[in-house]
Amino acid sequence: MASLVDKTAVAAAPGLRGLPFTLVLIAIGVAIFAIGRWYNNSYAFFMAYVVAQYIVLGTAWNILGGYTGYVNFGVTAFFAIGAYSTVVLHKLIPAMPLPVMILIGGSLAGLVGIGTGYLTLRLRGVFFSIATLALAVVVQTLITNWDFVGGARGAYVLRPRVAPLIGGEYVQYLFLLMLGMCVIVLATARAIERSALGYGFAAIRDDEAAAEASGVPTLRLKLIATGLSGGFMGMAGAPLPFYVTYLDPASGFSLNYAVNAIAMPLIGGTGSWLGPVIGAVLVGGLQEYLRVTISSAVNVLVAGVLMVTFVILAPQGIVGLFQKRKR
Amino acid sequence: MTALLQVSGLSKRFGGFVALDGIDLDVQPGERLGLIGPNGSGKSTLVNCICGTLHNETGSVRFADETLDGLTAHQRTRRGLARSFQLPRPFASLSLAENVRIPILYSVNARAGGHLHGAAIDERCLELLGMVGLLAKARQMPRDLTQIEMRKLELARAMAAQPKLLISDEAMAGLSHAEVDEIIALLIRLNEQGVTVIMIEHIMRAVMEFSQRLAVLVAGKKIADGPPKDIVRDPEVVKAYLGE
Repeated sequence: MASLVDKTAVAAAPGLRGLPFTLVLIAIGVAIFAIGRWYNNSYAFFMAYVVAQYIVLGTAWNILGGYTGYVNFGVTAFFAIGAYSTVVLHKLIPAMPLPVMILIGGSLAGLVGIGTGYLTLRLRGVFFSIATLALAVVVQTLITNWDFVGGARGAYVLRPRVAPLIGGEYVQYLFLLMLGMCVIVLATARAIERSALGYGFAAIRDDEAAAEASGVPTLRLKLIATGLSGGFMGMAGAPLPFYVTYLDPASGFSLNYAVNAIAMPLIGGTGSWLGPVIGAVLVGGLQEYLRVTISSAVNVLVAGVLMVTFVILAPQGIVGLFQKRKR
Repeated sequence: MTALLQVSGLSKRFGGFVALDGIDLDVQPGERLGLIGPNGSGKSTLVNCICGTLHNETGSVRFADETLDGLTAHQRTRRGLARSFQLPRPFASLSLAENVRIPILYSVNARAGGHLHGAAIDERCLELLGMVGLLAKARQMPRDLTQIEMRKLELARAMAAQPKLLISDEAMAGLSHAEVDEIIALLIRLNEQGVTVIMIEHIMRAVMEFSQRLAVLVAGKKIADGPPKDIVRDPEVVKAYLGE
């Protein structure tokens, strides 16, 4: 399992400080959104939403999988907790604004992350991964048997026709929120890389006993990682019911999310915040292109083949390839 | 003077196997103690129990007038108890400077009043590497090191936590004659700076040269404790090593 994970250092690379970096991210986000508005094609917004969603999911996975070295196969559990919490909240309080639902869904998934972390983090390597896989099955079974959220039949969520605040189609609003989450998640990931927390995560990834002996509170740090990672996954899933308008367990717990959330950081490079972004844009974009040109089923195959190729030929991902060239 | 480390009645079992049986051991501040014993006698298990990597069933460990029982390994390191590992366990994805940075961030900076920031941390990392002669390789990765350099990195990382007591677990196994001398000199230098040192070792020459006092473990029991010259003549000890 260790070979799955990039072993490049989270080095204190030179560059922008936290706040300017976040401002640059916001500027890029605003620019992307402005271009989208000018282009004004609703398909482009639907597609860009998916890519942005995978940037959030991949980065969230990478905080636990890449930085800390714990490979989580249960991505769908956290993602679907976010999605289904929106279904519940929308049924209970239809007027609740979506950003509030995202915060609640994210917090819920984060708490589940901390809880499962507490129960499973004594497991190492592949055993932890199996436990997370089991978590996904357990959550899916619970949701499938919960009538309030539609059970196996699924639930309909009516999407408002017009976006609040910004006007235009509602999908534009969804995309804007997802872009906002990208900024938050990427700024967090980069801040972790450059802080004591990042060094602690790296120490845990390399050798837990040695980390403890060096004074690293491994359990607490691992709980921070599972909490952040699970929380961000839940946030990524929270707008999903409004995006698909019909959510059933088969689509909410789709294998695609888990495969992509793991494949994208691995392809892009798990050592840096940039890796999941490159992976999501490249693989997400390619999948979307193939979905409309060849067939809608080929996209999982693409992620799988690319992941295997990269794990064998370039285990440190695209970012790793460039770093090697620079040296 | 009260002992810096007080181990009393410490026992540890692995299933039906008694690894440690009622160990009592006191270490005075500033002392250089050698801990010897045949393979499988429980030396590393004792270290693991003292450092909190393993939990002893009975008995207690007191350190600097505080009971350590129930504390995790990282809490003990923060209180001033550092160890090196028998087989070097460097952080493989971090450079040498970053390896010694971890204990500074998580042990030194976790203590009251000892905060280092930015450039002061970088400086301290290089100082530690300089102390063990690895300054030139500060930016290299652990995989680039030789065996002895790996051991030195282990010691530098243990020292980075600024411990009161350093436990060196077979830092010299497999090293050449000259390299052993180098490590002994290093440990004595640390001791002169005020760090109490427990050295676990098989190489008797090193043990005799280094230790002010020897403790001998055999089959989980402490069978002798005293000045090195007397210990090596002790019939019990001779019997344990050479048989009858």
